[in-house]
Amino acid sequence: MSAFYQLEFERPVVTIERRIEQLERHLRQLTTVPAPAADAPAGSADAPVFTADLPAANGDMAVIDADDLPPTAEATKSLIDRLAAQRQALLTDLYRDLSPWNTVRVARHPNRPQSRDYIEMFCKDFCELHGDRRFGDDPAMVTGFGRIGSIKCLIVGHHKGRTTKEKIACHFGCAHPEGYRKALAKMKLAEKFGLPIVTLVDTPGAYPGVGAEERGQAEAIAVNLREMSRLKTPIVSIIIGEGGSGGALGIAVADRVGMLSNSWYSVISPEGCAAILWKQANEQTNTAAADSLKLTARDNLDLGIVDSVIPEPLGGAHRDPKAMARTLERWITDQLQELRTHRRELLPQRRYERFRALGAYVEAAVA
Amino acid sequence: MTQTAAKTWTEIKSPRKSVIPEGLWLRCPACAQMIYRKQMESNLHVCPECTHHYRIGASERVRQLVDPGSFERQFAGLWPTDPLAFRDLKSYKDRLSAEQKKSGQSDAVLAGSCFIKGRPAMLCVLDLSFMMGSMGSVVGEVVTRSIEAATERRVPVIVVSGSGGARMQESGLSLMQMAKTSAALARLDAAGGLFISVLTDPTTGGVTASFAMLGDVILAEPKALIGFAGPRVIQQTIRQELPDGFQRSEYLLKGGMIDRVVQRSELRSEIARIIDYSGT
Repeated sequence: MSAFYQLEFERPVVTIERRIEQLERHLRQLTTVPAPAADAPAGSADAPVFTADLPAANGDMAVIDADDLPPTAEATKSLIDRLAAQRQALLTDLYRDLSPWNTVRVARHPNRPQSRDYIEMFCKDFCELHGDRRFGDDPAMVTGFGRIGSIKCLIVGHHKGRTTKEKIACHFGCAHPEGYRKALAKMKLAEKFGLPIVTLVDTPGAYPGVGAEERGQAEAIAVNLREMSRLKTPIVSIIIGEGGSGGALGIAVADRVGMLSNSWYSVISPEGCAAILWKQANEQTNTAAADSLKLTARDNLDLGIVDSVIPEPLGGAHRDPKAMARTLERWITDQLQELRTHRRELLPQRRYERFRALGAYVEAAVA
Repeated sequence: MTQTAAKTWTEIKSPRKSVIPEGLWLRCPACAQMIYRKQMESNLHVCPECTHHYRIGASERVRQLVDPGSFERQFAGLWPTDPLAFRDLKSYKDRLSAEQKKSGQSDAVLAGSCFIKGRPAMLCVLDLSFMMGSMGSVVGEVVTRSIEAATERRVPVIVVSGSGGARMQESGLSLMQMAKTSAALARLDAAGGLFISVLTDPTTGGVTASFAMLGDVILAEPKALIGFAGPRVIQQTIRQELPDGFQRSEYLLKGGMIDRVVQRSELRSEIARIIDYSGT
């Protein structure tokens, strides 16, 4: 817990969590006092463990004074229960009305589960497939066969990377043209073998660089949009974190699109939008841009861009990745079961109509 | 007399690159020559000295490409709305009405049926002068309808792009226009139809990453900026000097990304020639 990356707006929660930790340690201390372990170093029972134990970085997290700690195990337990309830209430409160900009922060939380995490958690016998057969193998795009529940499928997902080294290799989840081409090549394979496709979207956007441009970033994405629209196999997409513009859409032209409740999906990142329309990106303009862009799961549902909002565990997917994976797996298998009842040849028509209907305009009669 | 002369001279808007010119005399942003405006206009808005291609509006483009009197505008009744109640420093509503008043157009696209050197076609032109030709719901819908009409009528469709990309003020709905237009092109393709994509300065972002790069044949005007990300964004990402001529038509041609770089004066006959070869 001490290594837990903390979001600014979650500070009160983290304070409570630190206190719970402290009390739990105190409780252990209390229950071990009657029978001190023989191999414990001398004097350890008397050491002022409570405050000294906490990392220095958390000095601003007010801990309970050693003198104020409850004297009995019972009192400690009940205090822990009270604090736990308080934490629950606070989290519920914070996450109920999470501002769009804070949602973006949660979606980018470094501990938030990524495509490879989900694949490990809910996919049996994953068989990764590499390379676009043209230029290279983009680590920012993961593709492979796998079973979700009992359903054999092709899984495609952006991957941001977990360690610093991996993050750099993955360009923080910004795929190159070879990534999009790899995704399409494997999706065509899925179509050939009648396997449904599941895509996990998590990218700030397609990579903006010289090589990416030279190798046709725009063309690679455009071709994916065109080809995905006519694949004769079910496609299910889920925005699991960041749904940044064309780079996200490039693997998200699907029959069913879901969004995790704390993810975002929009034509541009709030910072990008703020830099252009507000002429500068700072805390204030980013907040305003995030508000204006209507990028939350709820907003996208209202606009008809996504079909479902998939609820995250209390306090975000990063607090309980296993629970998140279970929910996600259930949602995916439900969609795939339902899509299996459609004739494969008719899926592109439905998919076309789904995207064809999106847009807001008025039509006046022309004289 | 001096007064008049001085006035004429101040009309030159020199250093700002590629603005649609006003005034009697112009200074070419490329060769810095003084050009008589009428001469430039009669030369298809191309500098007679250095062939710099000025940016032109959609109606001028239509005039240049179609057989006189053959253009029948379609889908003109589509007007944008403000589905997100978007507001930056200015509200989207205000921006739209200001742009509409300025241009006399409802949005950044002009489409219709036409003949090009006697060949029937659907023509769709994005208009840079309206919110940088950005693609919101109206542009996406008109492009899609043009493609659908071409598919149905079995005629070629030509889209002339000039756009800053997807329109931020319609956010996710703008993004969806990329999928919508590309999906329509899949159907045209399946029906054996011809799509000629003409790229003009500048074509970037969500427009490039959807229909603009999906042409069966892709033509570009000389020295047009064409890319997915803008050069400034790339520079900020890599923090290095960009290669010479990066993201310009000639650079893309060399890199295999487009079929031909075509002078504006040749565009009409090039399109007609390609239509002939396709047999559509």
